[in-house]
Amino acid sequence: MLIYLVRRILYAIPIALSVGLVCFMLVHIAPGDPINAIVPADAPQELVDQIRRDYGLDRPLPIQFGVWLGKVVQGDLGNSLATGRRVWADLSVAVVNTLRLALTAAMIGFAFGCLLGGLAGTFQGTVIDKAAVGLAVAGVSVPHYWLGMVMVILFSVNLNWLPAMGAGPGGSSDWAWNWEHIRHLILPAVTLSVIPMGIVTRTVRGIVAEILNQDFIQTLRGKGLSSRGIFWHVVKNAAPNAIAVMGLQLGYLMGGSILVETVFSWPGTGFLLNSAIFQRDLPVLQATILVLAMFFVALNLIVDLVQTALDPRIKRA
Amino acid sequence: MADGAVTARPGANAAAEELAVQAREAAIRSQGYWAGVWKRVKRDPVTIACGLILLTMLAAIVFAHLIAPHDPYQGSMIRRLRPIGTPNYPLGTDELGRDMVTRLLFGGRLSWFMGITPVFLAFLIGTTLGVLAGYAGGGVNMLIMRTTDVFYAFPSVLLAIAISGALGGGTINAIVSLTLVFIPPVIRVAESVTTGVRNLDFVDAARASGAGAFTIIRVHILGNVLGPIFVYATSLVSVSMILASGLSFLGLGVTPPEPEWGLMLNTLRTAIYVNPTVAMLPGACIFATSICFNLLSDGLRQAMDVRA
Repeated sequence: MLIYLVRRILYAIPIALSVGLVCFMLVHIAPGDPINAIVPADAPQELVDQIRRDYGLDRPLPIQFGVWLGKVVQGDLGNSLATGRRVWADLSVAVVNTLRLALTAAMIGFAFGCLLGGLAGTFQGTVIDKAAVGLAVAGVSVPHYWLGMVMVILFSVNLNWLPAMGAGPGGSSDWAWNWEHIRHLILPAVTLSVIPMGIVTRTVRGIVAEILNQDFIQTLRGKGLSSRGIFWHVVKNAAPNAIAVMGLQLGYLMGGSILVETVFSWPGTGFLLNSAIFQRDLPVLQATILVLAMFFVALNLIVDLVQTALDPRIKRA
Repeated sequence: MADGAVTARPGANAAAEELAVQAREAAIRSQGYWAGVWKRVKRDPVTIACGLILLTMLAAIVFAHLIAPHDPYQGSMIRRLRPIGTPNYPLGTDELGRDMVTRLLFGGRLSWFMGITPVFLAFLIGTTLGVLAGYAGGGVNMLIMRTTDVFYAFPSVLLAIAISGALGGGTINAIVSLTLVFIPPVIRVAESVTTGVRNLDFVDAARASGAGAFTIIRVHILGNVLGPIFVYATSLVSVSMILASGLSFLGLGVTPPEPEWGLMLNTLRTAIYVNPTVAMLPGACIFATSICFNLLSDGLRQAMDVRA
């Protein structure tokens, strides 16, 4: 187990470095000279050369990557081209907002997914099963940015129950766990939760059905174990795989919330990314992608370790 | 996985492994296998219905120029945002007074094109690389599969938006970025399916009788792995359509005034207070298409599962 732990963590390092390389290259696959994004088009040539030297853009790419990586490791993500502010200042606020949205959506999605999937797996072939599977397919097929608009029309425009945009009353950005703020969280979180709901339902259904078909369940029934006792055995056997899928889904939610954040003007990373794209603010784009991808890499690692720790049957060399 | 030791995404390989098992079994009993699959599909009303709906939609958008009642670009300021059921404009008009029926029909062309092209390209490129990795093994496998792992470290939506955001908007750039997003998962499935078939007896027999690597791949491997990879690819079409329209929705795909469902949804967003039902139509089209593709691919996979 310890050897596996060390190997798995060591394996994450080249992945993290490669992810850094991809993020670094994003700026360089952008059409045109990156310098054009920094200086205005009518700047004199001497100034352009001066800035090119200052930013290190005249050096070979591998060296630029090394310098960039060194700065990133020290927590220096550069300055925004649009505002001139440190990228990290805006990004840290946005990451917390996205995390709050993604975690809430994950909790909703996982709870309903486990419930529906468990029911469907237990009552296979019945109406309950068909309804749960239908909901799951709808959940993974719905364009969530559209679902968000439908939610706004229903609950904000027609019923006037919940606010349509922002993360707090009067567009305030300070979060507090009170009803005034939680109201703003409900619609985007529910919208975002349908995809993990669908995927978790499908997964849990498959796992539960497979476990219930195994011999040891027959044995437990035969020796007269109560259904609550059997339920506990199913949960214990289903947990490792279900947790693995849910962990990855949390990562997808963090990266995939950009469209929902745009619909609801939620001040998270998606919103930041969106404005960075339209202002061609490449440092912000690069840093946001990097931070989100690193979250995903870390989550992959944690999921792997938790799964191994939970399931003694997984023997990894 | 080939090494079986450390993978970037445990659990996520379950689908690939299952397909590999299916491909093995299919390869062993290939005589009459496809006939059996077709027989099972015919008995599944949901799959047949979804297939028919998709065919109807395809016909409607291909012949949009013949059946559309109006011009997709010609608007009028005096008939903006008419409700559903207006005479001459059965589904109303959009924010520039253009007929919604016409816009939806023509919009389907780009939405379908942008949803299917990346999956098709990823199918071609991913199968080539995956079969190569699975057949060659060793260092080649290592190189291809470890590069794939890097792209698995990005959530797919994020990767698509990152590449599109860096390249800039436009239909071609959106297709390029989505293709890059779908190549890694196709490689994984192709590799694992090929690894499953490679060591079967008839491949050894072919090699023993002197067949070259190219002949073995072309005759013995491809015939057995293309089916499962294709079914996997069809399951990506739904995601691809949602993502492609999502890119247009963000302004990173199609540029106005070109009709495309995602972009139409974006421009109609301002109209949700005036005419919500009309504003929701393009999204409903994306939803309908994507759910049909999902159900169709589920049905195909079930029909191909010889163990069921």
